[in-house]
Amino acid sequence: MIESFPPGLVLIAGAALLPFTRGRAREGLVIALPVLTLSLVWAIPDGTPLHLQFLGWELSPVRADALSRLFGTVFSLMAFAGGLFALRTANTLELTAALAYAGSAIGAVFAGDLITLFVFWELMAVGSALVIWSAGTEAAYAAGMRYLCIHLLGGVVLMIGVIAYMQAVGDATFDELTHDGIGRWLILAGFLVNAGAPPLSAWLPDAYPEASPSGTVFLSAFTTKTAVFVLLRGFPGEEVLIFFGLYMACYGIIYALLENDMRRILSYSIINQVGFMVTGIGIGTPLALNGAAAHAFAHIIYKALLLMSAGSVFYQTGKRKCTDLGGLFQSMPITTICGTIGALAISAFPLTSGFVTKTMINSAAAEEHLAITWFILVAATAGVFLHAGIKFPWFVFFQKDSGLRPPDPPRNMRYAMYLFSFLCIAIGLYPAPLYAILPFPVDFHSYTAFHVVTELQLLLFAGLAFFLMLPWMQRTLTITLDFDWFYRYLGPRLARAGTSAWDGVAGAVSGATRAAGTGALSWIERHHGVYGVLARSWPTGSMVLWVGVLLAAYLVFYYL
Amino acid sequence: MSAEQKHWLVRPENIRLLWRIFIAILALTVLAEIPLHGHTYFGVDGWFSFHAVYGFATCVGMIVLAKLLGVFLKRRDTYYDD
Repeated sequence: MIESFPPGLVLIAGAALLPFTRGRAREGLVIALPVLTLSLVWAIPDGTPLHLQFLGWELSPVRADALSRLFGTVFSLMAFAGGLFALRTANTLELTAALAYAGSAIGAVFAGDLITLFVFWELMAVGSALVIWSAGTEAAYAAGMRYLCIHLLGGVVLMIGVIAYMQAVGDATFDELTHDGIGRWLILAGFLVNAGAPPLSAWLPDAYPEASPSGTVFLSAFTTKTAVFVLLRGFPGEEVLIFFGLYMACYGIIYALLENDMRRILSYSIINQVGFMVTGIGIGTPLALNGAAAHAFAHIIYKALLLMSAGSVFYQTGKRKCTDLGGLFQSMPITTICGTIGALAISAFPLTSGFVTKTMINSAAAEEHLAITWFILVAATAGVFLHAGIKFPWFVFFQKDSGLRPPDPPRNMRYAMYLFSFLCIAIGLYPAPLYAILPFPVDFHSYTAFHVVTELQLLLFAGLAFFLMLPWMQRTLTITLDFDWFYRYLGPRLARAGTSAWDGVAGAVSGATRAAGTGALSWIERHHGVYGVLARSWPTGSMVLWVGVLLAAYLVFYYL
Repeated sequence: MSAEQKHWLVRPENIRLLWRIFIAILALTVLAEIPLHGHTYFGVDGWFSFHAVYGFATCVGMIVLAKLLGVFLKRRDTYYDD
């Protein structure tokens, strides 16, 4: 029985209970539910223990294998640490939505068929939008609405694809999607929307930084990484993904370099990191797929850690912009150290988790002799250190002294950061347990002297470039235009221009109609009105006269 | 605020020292490559100190590219609020 229970439902059902609890009971629930989910993730044996019928399709809502277990594990860990971080500060709506969101993501990675996947996919969109809205600001409301529009659009594309695909193959099973056709491409498009792929990638840096300090931590983990999971499951070795991935890796760096909001810098860097994973999926060899999966695992942890440190700064100072921050290392040493560990891990510094996972993807590109891919990936690796590895900690914790002296955040937030800092280093020092749960057997050694030395060269000289060009990096009070310009600026203006043009046309038409109508009415009135020729009441005398005339005419005709 | 009261990390003489240490580490990472011969795939990636040069050059390139794009794409941060 327990083996066939969808593990995602634990968090979703638990989230429904949350609003009715308070104090210790609620804290216990937030901590216990992810632990329960994690144990369930590992209790399910390989296979599809549960089968249901729906509209004539066979559903298998629970499908366990190495890949789903890997993602289920890291999602449970994330729900645990995110819950711990949010425990004292997040409101009821945020905690409830975040747990339901995490549960839907776990439901999606255990989905054995396309219909179950779609249901959890849409639940994730709703849950994450609620997490954004729970920040309670007007900016969060607007950003959440834009976010939801994009994701519902992606969901509709996915649904059409799913229906077309199921009709074409006559089966709802979600595995590698090999049947070529419109359905397959629409499913791919739907998946890529959630991955933050171009052209719609702007939803991510638009929405995530508007959530609460803890909300952004939750958001960073689930949506994009569930997309990585479904691409791994459905489209391994799909070549077009290499182009998407490389574009994302570069886009994330360039936009993060231009950005001033610390949490938006980290949001762009999510797209950059997912770009590495998507490229790995596109390469499609066992090493590349392992690399993409392992990198997703490591990424969730260090990105959450980075956003926890940024969230702590935001929570303690109420400021998000690099231009307002700086010098915080003096009063927030713990946050600084934890944030720096996250920054080193995302940069794939040796002895951190990023190093043992990202080198798998880069090595896979080299082994396949994909020269352009490899050169771009290596440049992007250096670029990660530039935009996230140094830029984020430098402008937030060091650089000029902002004069702010906030203390480190409350205990629960610190514990969550300790846990993920520990994992970043533990995985980096001892990657074997992570390698053991990857989808393919691992025969890869990241710690060769050559790998370590060349990686250090790459990163440290990237650091040199940063500090030599520091004047070029100074932050300004600006944002950078992105694809969202079309629906945030051009769209509303076109609509407004269209409305006023329509008003003009409609005014002219209604004026002309009114004039014509008035004219017609007055003509009718002239002839049929009270004094009109045709409606006038005639005197009896003229009646008698006309009757006389008619009778006379009758007589004349009679005698003729 | 006098120099004595400032945190040791932000005093000018220490920043100079940090720069010297940083440059020494950079030199070390390049020198450490001398005895090593890793498996290389594309020719140039086996050249001496390729990763150092490539990392530095691509980062300068990315900063310049970002700066150029910024000329066209940057707007004041209240752009969408109006």
